[in-house]
Amino acid sequence: MSAQETHAGSAEVAARVERRWATIAVIIIAGMALLAAFAGIHQATMPQPRVETTDPSRIHLSGEFVESNLGSVLEPNGNVTVRAIGQQYSFTPACIVVPVDTPITLRATSADVVHGILIQGTNVNTMLVPGYISEQLMRFTKTGDYLMPCQEFCSFGHEGMWGKVKVIDRTDFATRAKAGGRLSCVGQ
Amino acid sequence: MLANRKLILAHFWFAFALFGVALTLGAWQMFIRSPIGTWLSNPELYYRSLTAHGTVMGYVFPTLVAMGFGYAISESALEQRLVGVRWAWTGFWLIVVGSVMAVIPIALGRASVLYTFYPPLIGNVFYYLGVVLVVVGSWIWVALMSINLRVWRRAHPGAPVPLAMFANVAGSYLWAWTAVGAALELLLQIIPVAAGLKNTIDAGLARIFFSWTLHAIVYFWLMPTYIAYYTIVPRAIGGRVYSDTMARISFILFLVVAMPIGMHHTFADPQVGAGFKFIHSAFTALVALPTLLTVFTICASVEIAARLRGGRGLFGWIRALPWDNPMMLALAFSFVMLGFGGAGGLINMSYQLDASIHNTQWITGHFHLIFGGAIVIIYFAIAYDLWPHLTGRELIDMRLIRTQLWLWFIGMIVTTFPWHWVGILGMPRRMAYFDFGDPAIAPQALSVILSVIGGFILLTSGILFLVILARGMRAPQADAGAYRFALAVHQPTIVPVALNTHALWVALMIVLTITNYGYPILNLATSAGTSVPAVYVGAQ
Ligand code: HEM
Ligand SMILES: [Cu+2]
Ligand SMILES: [Cu+2]
Repeated sequence: MSAQETHAGSAEVAARVERRWATIAVIIIAGMALLAAFAGIHQATMPQPRVETTDPSRIHLSGEFVESNLGSVLEPNGNVTVRAIGQQYSFTPACIVVPVDTPITLRATSADVVHGILIQGTNVNTMLVPGYISEQLMRFTKTGDYLMPCQEFCSFGHEGMWGKVKVIDRTDFATRAKAGGRLSCVGQ
Repeated sequence: MLANRKLILAHFWFAFALFGVALTLGAWQMFIRSPIGTWLSNPELYYRSLTAHGTVMGYVFPTLVAMGFGYAISESALEQRLVGVRWAWTGFWLIVVGSVMAVIPIALGRASVLYTFYPPLIGNVFYYLGVVLVVVGSWIWVALMSINLRVWRRAHPGAPVPLAMFANVAGSYLWAWTAVGAALELLLQIIPVAAGLKNTIDAGLARIFFSWTLHAIVYFWLMPTYIAYYTIVPRAIGGRVYSDTMARISFILFLVVAMPIGMHHTFADPQVGAGFKFIHSAFTALVALPTLLTVFTICASVEIAARLRGGRGLFGWIRALPWDNPMMLALAFSFVMLGFGGAGGLINMSYQLDASIHNTQWITGHFHLIFGGAIVIIYFAIAYDLWPHLTGRELIDMRLIRTQLWLWFIGMIVTTFPWHWVGILGMPRRMAYFDFGDPAIAPQALSVILSVIGGFILLTSGILFLVILARGMRAPQADAGAYRFALAVHQPTIVPVALNTHALWVALMIVLTITNYGYPILNLATSAGTSVPAVYVGAQ
């Protein structure tokens, strides 16, 4: 065998090994994409499906996010809706109260700049972009207090923007909800 | 010696000097927000520092490194005089002026918006104009890389473009196009508001424009490192590139798939629907492909070097590698950090897992490991490799160089591992202060202290790096010969047109960007009532 032939032979081996590796790489990636699709479809961990807008310069005056409508409310079907806003440098309500083991819809927006809501120890995590409404489904399986920091820089007071979530017993919550109005745990 | 050594040294020195300043700020930030730092009664200073650190490390430093390296590649890989040297200096000075223009308002506390801008928070207009000048300066470089390649092609019709230049030009096109997103955001949205011509702005649309830039910019940062993996490392350790074709395919893949995926940065945003988020998420998986191919080819190339040095056995060859060679050391460290960082990246890119770490300290830990670690350690190695060809002097202190690389590697691991961990615990990013006295936050204190220690190790390593380069300017003279790139095992004599030119791939990159971004952008730009009042920094 001449040197020329060995050279061509080794090129072939190289090409074959390479092809094999490329195939493995493609399979890994396709596998990951399928896994993500599966998780999305079957565990409902999909991001917010719709885009809703709101005018931040008017939210204090009328509509869903007026002050008297902020906080938690027990819906007729037993679910809970929480409405909140972020502004430099606090959340309203600063302490959110919700029942344990209950489907909860968080609806929130910003009154000024970009903020974020993150509830520590959970995977509740969403941006608040002024002009748009963020909606997130959540469910707590343990009672207790959770910290809720703002997770996006919103100017010089960002480090002080921490809210709280208090998860309480379902019956406690139902009792408090009987009085009507919007619930929060501000000042408790 | 390289003919354009003054030009290249100017780029490198300005890059590394700014890097030194920004690194010091980084270490200070890490310290001041930790339990051992004293509480700054004025967090405003922290955000000035953070804006400067991010702007320099994200925009100015890597751009200058890519440019200087690009000029060196153009001259040495093409073996042809650099065309447009005057223009190259113009680009350089635009970047100097732009950097100064941006830094002044930052230092004065008039532009503490962080490097991501996120309107409706609006800073001083000169900050944004400075960033625009930096980008314009770099676009001159893009044009020059393209022109130099064209001149070479005319003189060598049909010949395979040297791999280093092929990749370099691919990287420059990627940058040119990815910077367009932020440029549109700055020119159409932010600057008119910052200049006082308008006082409302669509914050959601701005985030989409920015995501166009934010993802692929990462691949632009990575380009010099990948070029070094393929075309410098094998030569420096006495091996060969395993496959020239695979290398070209990897760079082409970066060009095509890095762009249309940026919306994975907006998974948690309310202004995009689930459909486009899913499309971007699926495309994001693809971008792992060129990296997997690269890891394979480079490991194979390194194995060739080891076997040429007499290495044997399934894994025994690893011992035969030239471990005292700084390039070998840097490569190994870079791969370890790329491995951990890549694993973290898989978590970020998944819709579902992202929710638990989005905007936490996990993210800052992640990109410091990949960018500050895997990528920047190879920037160091590139500088060491080029230095003798730029100064005409020998870098003699190999021991010091190895120490510097070791310290950077150890520092990065010590800094970023605990940084990831506190992110998992839910610690939010970009905060000047944490109340470690709060029982819910107290468990994070120890990890943060570890990160501080790592930060100071990194700072030490960074200072060593500057010292080595400065001493290299005064070392004894020695002729380093011509600057060369690695040869492939099977050096190509003919290359298919598709792997020798960029036009097809650039077209595909643009088309994919339009299909993946066109509708969301048009939709947001045309929907009424989404503009919100600007909030000017320092106006309250
Ligand atoms: C001594 C080493 C370093 C330390 C201690 C350090 C520290 C920090 C800290 C504390 C932050 C802010 C994170 C937050 O507030 O959530 C940060 C942000 C950042 N760092 Fe570093 N850093 C270092 C080196 C680097 C390097 C080498 C690079 C890249 C070349 C880099 C790029 C960035 C970027 C792009 C940001 C983002 C700024 C932002 O979030 O606005 N850093 N760094
Ligand atoms: Cu905030
Ligand atoms: Cu990205």
